[in-house]
Amino acid sequence: MSHQVDKNINQLFIDKFSDFENQLNGQKALPIHDLRKKALIKFKELGIPNTHEEYKYTNFKKALSKNFTFNQLFKNNDDASISQSDYLINELEGNVLVFINGQFSEDASHFNNNEIDIKPLTKAYSENPNAITKHFGNLYKDNEDSYALLNSTFCNNGVFAQIGKNKIVNTPIIIYNISDASKDEAISFPRNLIIAESGSQSSVIEVFSTIGEKNSFSNAVNEITIDENAILNYYKILDETEHVYHIGLTQASQKKNSTINAHSYTFGGGIIRNNLHIEQEGENCTTNMFGLYLLNGNSHVDNHTEVDHKKPNSYSNELYKGILDEKSTGVFNGKIFVRKEAQKTNAFQSNKNILLTDEATVNSKPQLEIWADDVKCSHGCTTGQMDEEALFYLRSRGIDKDKARAMLLYAFSIDVLKNVTIEPLKKYLDHIIALRFNQNEL
Amino acid sequence: MLNINNLKASVEGKEILKGINLEVKAGEVHAIMGPNGSGKSTLASVLAGREEYEVDGGDVTFQNDDLLELSPEDRARKGVFLAFQYPVEIPGVSTTNFLKTAVNQVREYRGLDALDAVSFLSIMKEKMKLVEIDQSLLSRPLNEGFSGGEKKRNEIFQMAMLEPSLSILDETDSGLDIDALRIVANGVNKLKSKDNATIVVTHYQRLLDYIVPDYVHVLYNGKIVKSGSKELAMELEEKGYDWIKEEANSVV
Repeated sequence: MSHQVDKNINQLFIDKFSDFENQLNGQKALPIHDLRKKALIKFKELGIPNTHEEYKYTNFKKALSKNFTFNQLFKNNDDASISQSDYLINELEGNVLVFINGQFSEDASHFNNNEIDIKPLTKAYSENPNAITKHFGNLYKDNEDSYALLNSTFCNNGVFAQIGKNKIVNTPIIIYNISDASKDEAISFPRNLIIAESGSQSSVIEVFSTIGEKNSFSNAVNEITIDENAILNYYKILDETEHVYHIGLTQASQKKNSTINAHSYTFGGGIIRNNLHIEQEGENCTTNMFGLYLLNGNSHVDNHTEVDHKKPNSYSNELYKGILDEKSTGVFNGKIFVRKEAQKTNAFQSNKNILLTDEATVNSKPQLEIWADDVKCSHGCTTGQMDEEALFYLRSRGIDKDKARAMLLYAFSIDVLKNVTIEPLKKYLDHIIALRFNQNEL
Repeated sequence: MLNINNLKASVEGKEILKGINLEVKAGEVHAIMGPNGSGKSTLASVLAGREEYEVDGGDVTFQNDDLLELSPEDRARKGVFLAFQYPVEIPGVSTTNFLKTAVNQVREYRGLDALDAVSFLSIMKEKMKLVEIDQSLLSRPLNEGFSGGEKKRNEIFQMAMLEPSLSILDETDSGLDIDALRIVANGVNKLKSKDNATIVVTHYQRLLDYIVPDYVHVLYNGKIVKSGSKELAMELEEKGYDWIKEEANSVV
């Protein structure tokens, strides 16, 4: 029976491709379309993972079959009903690109090309076809991830951003992926290409937000290239409800002496899967990965991270923390590969979880594979209840139990936040965390 | 102020306090001494309301209230303060915010208005001087990375801020060098008044050179087996605990 469902959802996507092609009009003639067709062929072969090890704890297949008709897949929507105050982050200034159900909203976006070559992907398809075909799907070509292939098949828009050589850009690129699920289910396949040229410094903030009570599904892919000596800060923020299903891959490739600081904040969602893959292709790379997930209700959030050390003298540091309340589920899988050539690698990983109820669960799996012999690697994962000793300490000073508990959970969470360098963003995140734990009066 | 009557307590099914009787009046300093494992810290913990201890019998009255019925926070609000043997490090909670929350929750319970930021800071400055604690410690997360001495000094500082009527110092001397010991003891002495009382729990006599007790009690095997004046502490320092153990065991 379940096999029947599986077959249907795979076939459904395959059948939808001709509808999709039909509404692309002139774009069908662009080189990008060949890449879509190639991705579809590979997708046909693989299908959506069902019993695959990588998706052992997070099976979208059933959820997608059960909760979506996909009738709205390529319908144009009118975005007039959505007010910017529903999703904009207060005081956060930058180059803003807004996509509503995957479609670029010209009215809501504002950006300039003074410092960065930035444009919607559809524009880049025709203006820079070579840059697109060079990068599109290139970073994960060996990655047999059906969801990424599905995105490659159906993606229509997103952001193309190229940060020029030695440009130090203080204005972040802010990408709002808004799902409008107020009238009908919302489906989108956002796709971003970010190229940080050598010596550049910049930040990209990706925000996912859903408006309305119907179900939404987004399947996102980011491909990020970080050239020699460049620094890129990447933030992904999901503050979602249980009607939201999301799977996203952020694939980054680092050249010599480059740095990526990748941050992931997930404050809810029905089923969420964040895949973060970072490949260190050169020596002396620095990779920082910070994550926080605060979950309640029936939320299910799965963070899969992977850092692949391929060359010597590199560094990676990972800190992911989670607080799981009610019946929520968390998954953490952290892969660290240290290839034979990657001597003198330092790699650290830590995953800490607090379970607030007996019904909340976490599956935490560090996965270190080390082929080099002269390396320093450490990992630790802890999953437990509240620190009773700390709780008693606060209570013994006259602070009531609920407040003491809230203080400790807030403190546990903002430990991750200290790595955020964009102040208005930090304030926004702090505010969400504080509200979650009733700390606003502090 | 405090009346302990035949108090029995256990942890994980193991009986530790086997009938403690003790009366503490306002203005008094009581020392509780005893060999390791005699139940000293258990007594301190039970009085402060630590939940992993099971009270099996007896009662404790604190200023006309049944102390054992109260939550740890309500005990603190009514004026019981425990200076921890091992103060907990709490990263992410700023010492100042923590204290402000604590002081205002205690004030609210006592029917006083919450302190605003300015008056809180001025009281804090005054108390900092009293216990010789540095501002730089208080701007750090609570006890995080503090040395043993700094942690103990922070305990006494919290005591100064909360103005308890009964302070219980649990092995406050452990891990302190002589200078730190003197500073901590000075702080305690300055906070002493005719209206409050102190229970000093210690293994060694040396703290009592600085905080001079009115009464000394020896705890052994979960019971107070001997009480006396401060000379008893001297005698213990000189002769150790073996004679107490022998005396106690021969009675049984």
